[in-house]
Amino acid sequence: MADEKKKSKRPVPRVDEESKPFWEACARHELYVQKCRVCNTVFYYPRAFCPEDLSQDFDWLKCSGKGTVYTFTITRQNQSSEFRNKVPYVMAYVELEEGVRMLTNIVDCDPEMVTIGMPVEVTFEDMAPEISVPLFKPAA
Amino acid sequence: MSISRKTALAGVYEHPLRWAPHKTQYQIMAESARGALEDAGLTIKDVNGLCTSGVGGMGIIALAEHLNLNPDFLDSNSIGGSSFVSHTAHAAAAIAAGYCDVALILYGSKWSSDRFAIGTGGAGSGDPPEQFEGCYGPTTVGDYALTAQRHMHEFGTTSEQLAEIAVTTRKHASLNPNAKFRDLITVDDVLASREVSSPLHLLDCCMISDGGGALLVTSAERARDLKKKPVYIMSAAESCSHTSAGMRDLTDAAAKQSGAKAMEGAGVSHADFDMAMIYDSFTITVCVTLESLGFCKKGEGGAFVQNGRIGLGGELPINTDGGGLSSNHPGMRGIFLVIEAVKQLRGECGERQVKDCQLALCHGTGGTLGLRHSGASLVLGV
Repeated sequence: MADEKKKSKRPVPRVDEESKPFWEACARHELYVQKCRVCNTVFYYPRAFCPEDLSQDFDWLKCSGKGTVYTFTITRQNQSSEFRNKVPYVMAYVELEEGVRMLTNIVDCDPEMVTIGMPVEVTFEDMAPEISVPLFKPAA
Repeated sequence: MSISRKTALAGVYEHPLRWAPHKTQYQIMAESARGALEDAGLTIKDVNGLCTSGVGGMGIIALAEHLNLNPDFLDSNSIGGSSFVSHTAHAAAAIAAGYCDVALILYGSKWSSDRFAIGTGGAGSGDPPEQFEGCYGPTTVGDYALTAQRHMHEFGTTSEQLAEIAVTTRKHASLNPNAKFRDLITVDDVLASREVSSPLHLLDCCMISDGGGALLVTSAERARDLKKKPVYIMSAAESCSHTSAGMRDLTDAAAKQSGAKAMEGAGVSHADFDMAMIYDSFTITVCVTLESLGFCKKGEGGAFVQNGRIGLGGELPINTDGGGLSSNHPGMRGIFLVIEAVKQLRGECGERQVKDCQLALCHGTGGTLGLRHSGASLVLGV
């Protein structure tokens, strides 16, 4: 694991009424996306309706937690107080097995080893009471 | 309803300063207004439309107050760096519809002397998507880098090809006495500059400067009676692009939608353009925008920018003022796209003049390619 200094004070996500079920699942270390019961669209980020047809009839779909790196960047400079001491870190879009792409960080590996297409799996970082953020690490 | 040739840009002014700690933001705007009015042969009392961005939520009213104006038309559309391109289109539509007669579009900023860390600082919008992004450390450079990395992976685009954009733009800046960086650079210089967010190097990134500018839009009829040759607004369109509920293709830009619509509205095609002003926040922005506008096929942007094609004397000279990469970038640069295109169409560009320039395209990108951005396309002609 990274040393204490690097172990971040990420900005705590501001949970709202639409996203609450997502973050509650994350706190249990489970990743969910949504699927519309009317048009079957799978969507991310979480919201209170299907962005294709505005239907409020959707299921929360439990993800396998597996995916591949769609794209990434090794951030070597970030002047914000939260990330200044964390560089270099990898920000990436991961394409989940469920088909949607989510912004995240790739952790628990040398940033230089990250490649597009690399298989990854979800891991959670506990940040605050009831808040854990989904990150991804190289698949076992 | 088409706005084609009903309105024209009658006055433009680019503030010469790139570092202005001794001035206020509104002072830069007032000085720019004076410059554009002088250019057109109008006075501030002729102005009855006002557009701006980069001010506070209701800052446009304070700006009107600062200039002691009571306009009939106000627009502070705020869609990032492209805002001023959209203001030009909105002003044209407003004038064509009779809302106002003379619209003044202003920008002023001190982002450099105020030490804004726009490119590599954190930013929180408070909008719904932010809770799924802010915790991962996005930066402006990083968000664009996500697109660059994917573009390289899918199409084999190289850092050398992106560097060509910075090299060509610097060459243009060397011909602009007001440009901030005028010393020529090479592809090797770009590749040797430090990596800020892979695969983008420091010289792939625009600068942050101070600065400002002004545009005056009026009816074509009135413009013909003013000091300078009118530059007609032929067509315009806007668009936006975002994460598309998790299905976004990161190598497409909003330019795809607005560019096609603007060109169709003007009844022109790619080969008709004598030059283009393409928002160059980063080298990758130019590559992806040229593709999305259809100047080359998707994935061929890297090859397109090579061999002098986008330089003066080439097939499609772009960013002849030196762009945000080398001339100025006070946080947003949409207004400078329009100013330089107007000067080129009037034939006022001296050493960097595009020969026989009749038709120009301005395309602004605001926000970031990797998360969400706006696109504003504007076709100008004489």
